[in-house]
Amino acid sequence: MSAAAIPESVSPSRLVWRRFRRHHLAVASLVLLTLLALAALAAPLIERALGLDAEAVNLFGRFAPASADHWLGTDELGRDVLLRLLYGGRVSLFVGLVAALAAASIGTVVGLVAGYIGGRFDAVLMRLADGVLSLPMLPLLIVLAALDPVKLGLPDAIAQSESLSLYRIIFIIALVGWTTTARLVRGATLSLRERAFVEAAVAQGASSLRIMARHILPNAISPILVATTLSVGNVILLESVLSFLGLGIQPPVASWGAMLTNAQEMIWEQPLLAIYPGLLIFLTVIAFNFLGDGLQDAFDPRSTVPGRGGSL
Amino acid sequence: MQAYIIRRLIQGLGVLLVMSFVIYGLIGLMPGDPIDMMIQADPNLSTADAARLRALHGLDRPIVERYWTWLGAALAGDFGYSRQFARPVLDVLLPRLGNTLLLMGVSFVLAIAIALPLGVAAARRPRSLADQAINLLCFAGISVPAFWLALLLIMLFAVTLGVLPAGGMAPAGMQNPGLLDRLPYLVLPVLTLTLASVAGLTRFLRASLIEAMREDYIRTARAKGAGETRVLWRHGLRNALIPVVTVMALDFGTLFSGALITETMFAYAGMGKLIYDAIMNNDYNLALVGLLFATLVTLTANLAADILYARLDPRISYR
Repeated sequence: MSAAAIPESVSPSRLVWRRFRRHHLAVASLVLLTLLALAALAAPLIERALGLDAEAVNLFGRFAPASADHWLGTDELGRDVLLRLLYGGRVSLFVGLVAALAAASIGTVVGLVAGYIGGRFDAVLMRLADGVLSLPMLPLLIVLAALDPVKLGLPDAIAQSESLSLYRIIFIIALVGWTTTARLVRGATLSLRERAFVEAAVAQGASSLRIMARHILPNAISPILVATTLSVGNVILLESVLSFLGLGIQPPVASWGAMLTNAQEMIWEQPLLAIYPGLLIFLTVIAFNFLGDGLQDAFDPRSTVPGRGGSL
Repeated sequence: MQAYIIRRLIQGLGVLLVMSFVIYGLIGLMPGDPIDMMIQADPNLSTADAARLRALHGLDRPIVERYWTWLGAALAGDFGYSRQFARPVLDVLLPRLGNTLLLMGVSFVLAIAIALPLGVAAARRPRSLADQAINLLCFAGISVPAFWLALLLIMLFAVTLGVLPAGGMAPAGMQNPGLLDRLPYLVLPVLTLTLASVAGLTRFLRASLIEAMREDYIRTARAKGAGETRVLWRHGLRNALIPVVTVMALDFGTLFSGALITETMFAYAGMGKLIYDAIMNNDYNLALVGLLFATLVTLTANLAADILYARLDPRISYR
């Protein structure tokens, strides 16, 4: 039979893209996130183009309103708000993406191993995941974020480093964030390992590692992708809270959450300073949530509620 | 069932014990130690004095040994003194626990009262305009940082409109304020915490109800001539609520994290703020016991969820 006889042949990935496009909010979110990421990446270029310095303190130009020079005005030290937001976006987006990916990687490995090997190993890992989930997370994260790097036995070069707070927060979030993915992947693995193609691979003498990596993981990738996208939003929220409480990203690197710490004391003088960073956190997080929602619909059309036919 | 509850209680105690050791160890790794602070407070302290104090408080012994000492005292009901308040830890903690439970309880009830009609309205006609509007609100609700929401509410109601206090517990200088005096101070914290938890609850309720409305017993109910309202509320919702109850109880842990943020934002004298302040001010005894209390509250809520689950759904049996 020639290909022409089939009216329309569509590859699975095209089908996913097609279904994704129908989710207008998800598409809009993708555009918004791309623009935000590009603007954050281009922060040094924009800085040069505007002829400003993001760190430059100008005490005579404090709380300046929006103008041609300072598009969003200046903050309590006379620094340009737009540039600080863009640099803050770099930090928030970087932490969100890297921490979510790290958590997803740990969760994927744990879930695969627990689901494939099973037995006592599985029981212990899942009990651990349950335990982590049932803890009062924020207070514990605050403790973890407040630990003294010197007492942890870290070498001075790391303990004194300026970007320590950045990596510490990524590490902490990954440490507690892996459980969702782990459960998800474990569930998928449990059902996938009973499938015929896995049996065939076992019969051919494939090693466990190969089966997990080549046969099970690719089939479980879409829920992982959805969960990871959704978790980026959560991570950004978590980072912003910790930074806001003064335990996340330390100055002079300012994430959006950290910018709000200062803004909180200025709400009488300059309320807009408290609006911008929060609005950006909100928009970024909601965009990642819409994106995850759209991906879920696109990957698994059955999971959505039927538009018609339901006689509710 | 009884055997199950007893087993869970023993497990819970085990978790609490493990957590107490982990937190004890972590707190030892936080910057500064009590003796350093005494040296700072009293410049006349010599090195020999410091070493003597260290030995007196047992700080020169290995951490496991110190933990055993602490555990022994704690089991006898002695949780030590709070450095900030110079009072026994429990005396500081218990009144705050009441404040937090009041905040959490009111928000919890309000969140359910809002989520229930919203979830039902959304699930009644999936993909309808109402459903989409509610869905959008829910997405906004789960995406908004709680502390920013608190900030916005303070800006609107305390700064711009000036109708509610920006924070605190009661009018300044008032002794033993009654609930009525405290009411204006409760509005914004409760509102923040409610808004933060209502979205997730609504989404879950909607999904669960839509799922339930596809079941065979719904068709049976319709076939025997039950009206649509009766089908929805009596047959659909009652079954849909079973998983929702579990999620609500599990959410108590999340609610506690929310309470920490809310209390800190509004200077509300609750457990969450107490724990935060204790950690930030190196009040080790208080931080440790506070964190354990928070864990205890969450574990209890989890157990309550599982017991309720079995009560509500006769198909579930625990062994």
